[in-house]
Amino acid sequence: MLPYMTSSFGNMHSRTHAFGWNAEAGVEKARAQVAGLINSSPCEIVFTSGATESSNLAIKGALNYIKKNKIKKPHVITTQTEHKCVLETLRELEDEVEVTYLKVDNKGLIDLEELKRSIKDNTAMIAVMAVNNEIGTVQPLEEIGKIAKKNNVLFFCDAAQGVGKIPIDVNKNNISLMSISGHKMYGPKGIGALFVKNKVRILPLQSGGGQERNFRSGTNPVPLIVGLGKAAEIAKEEMKSNFEYVKMLAQKLIKIIKGNETQESKNDNILPFVIRNGDENGYPGCVNLSFPYVEGESLLLSLPGVALSSGSACTSQSLEPSYVLRALGTKDDLAHSSIRFGIGKFTTEEEVVETAEKVKESVTKLREMSPLYEMVKEGINLDEINWGDN
Amino acid sequence: MIIMTSRQQILKLYKTMLRESQKFPSYNFKQYAVRRVHDAFKENRSLTDAKFIENQLKEAYRNLDIIKRQVIIGQLYSTEKLVIENIEKNKK
Repeated sequence: MLPYMTSSFGNMHSRTHAFGWNAEAGVEKARAQVAGLINSSPCEIVFTSGATESSNLAIKGALNYIKKNKIKKPHVITTQTEHKCVLETLRELEDEVEVTYLKVDNKGLIDLEELKRSIKDNTAMIAVMAVNNEIGTVQPLEEIGKIAKKNNVLFFCDAAQGVGKIPIDVNKNNISLMSISGHKMYGPKGIGALFVKNKVRILPLQSGGGQERNFRSGTNPVPLIVGLGKAAEIAKEEMKSNFEYVKMLAQKLIKIIKGNETQESKNDNILPFVIRNGDENGYPGCVNLSFPYVEGESLLLSLPGVALSSGSACTSQSLEPSYVLRALGTKDDLAHSSIRFGIGKFTTEEEVVETAEKVKESVTKLREMSPLYEMVKEGINLDEINWGDN
Repeated sequence: MIIMTSRQQILKLYKTMLRESQKFPSYNFKQYAVRRVHDAFKENRSLTDAKFIENQLKEAYRNLDIIKRQVIIGQLYSTEKLVIENIEKNKK
C-alpha cells in the first residue's frame, strides 16, 4: 500500500497520464487477486467501502432493477440471523418488497425444505450469509445455490465473515451477488467489494462519474484497494494452515473452559454449565459461550486485559441480548450471559490459555456472589420457580 | 555441490528470518512471523526439485525483505506492551 500513498499517488480514473495508469494497474491487479480468491472473473468485482455498502448495493440495487423491469412487488427470502446490514436494508424496503425471514435451528442453520417451500411466484432473491459473525455457523451455500438456480432466483450471499477463511467458490455455489469485507481478512478497514455475477443487473445507489462499471460512482481509494488485493492473495495462500491453526486454538479454549463431554462430570478444574452457542462444525474462529448465572457484561468488566465482546462489534454498544442467539431459541438470561471469543491467525496459544484461565477464575468468582447459582447448587430448578408470585 | 550450497544457504536464511522476526515490537506480529517461518521451512523440508527449491528460496528472500521493512514500520509506531507479554516475561 505504501507506494500508492507516496510515489504512485495518481487518481486511477485519470486516463491521460502515467500517474493515473500506475494507480489503475495497482487496482486492476487487486481486482484479479480478489477474483482469484473466490473463483470469479476480475470484471465481476466492484470495489466498495466495505461489506455494509456491498450488501446495501446488492439488495437495493438488484431489487430496484427487478421492481422497475420485472416484478412490481418482489419477494425476498432471508434468515433471522443475518447481519444488521442485510436485516436493516430489507426492513427499510418492506413497503415495496415482501420479505420472509426464515427461522434457524438451535445451531443457526436454515431448513432447506422450508427454504424451498417459501419460494413463490414473485420470489426474486434469496439472501443468506455464508458464516455468521456471532456464532460462526456456516450455511449450506452449495445447496442454497442449487435451489436458487432451479427456481431462477438471485442468490445474494453476505460472505464478509467467510471470504479468506473458508473456501468460497461463487461458481460452484451459484452465487449471483456476494459481499466481501477487507478488514475481516486482515486487509484495511474502509474497503470491501461486491461480486456481481456477469449478466446480473443492478441499479447504482449513487450518481456520479460512473466508476466501477457504473455500479459505484466515486473516486476509488487506491491504497486501500491494493491492500485488499494483497490480503486476498495472502488469505488464499494461508487459508488451509490458518484454518487448522485457528481450529486448534478454539479446541484448546473450549477444552480448558468446559472440558469435553466425558470430562464434564469428572474434572473439577473446568467450569460447569457452560453452553456453546451455534454449530460446533462451523467456523472455529468464532466461539460463542454462555456462562449461566453470570451477566456477560459483568464478566467482560472483570477481564480488563482481554479484548472480548458479548456480541458483534456492530451491536456492542447495545445492552440488548443478541438477536442471533434469541433466533436460535436461547433464553434471554442465557443470551445475556454470552461472550464471543474471536480467534484469528495473530492469536497465540499463550493468549488462549491465559484468557481461558482468567475466564474460569472470573466466572467462579461472579457465581460465588450469585444467589441464583447458590440455589442451583442446592438443587433448586430455577425454571420451576414462578418469580411473579414473590 | 549445488544441493550442499543450497542447504547451507537455506539454513542461514532460516536463522536470519527467525532472528529478524523476533525484532517485531508487536507481540502478535512477532509470534505470527516466527510461526509462519517455522511452518514454511518445515513444510518444504523434503523438497528435492532444484528448480522448485530455487523458487521457494526467492520467495523466502522476498519475505525476509518484507519482515525487515515491517519491523522498521512497527518500530516507528510501537504501542504499549500487552498483558500477555508481561505474564510471559514474569514466567521467564
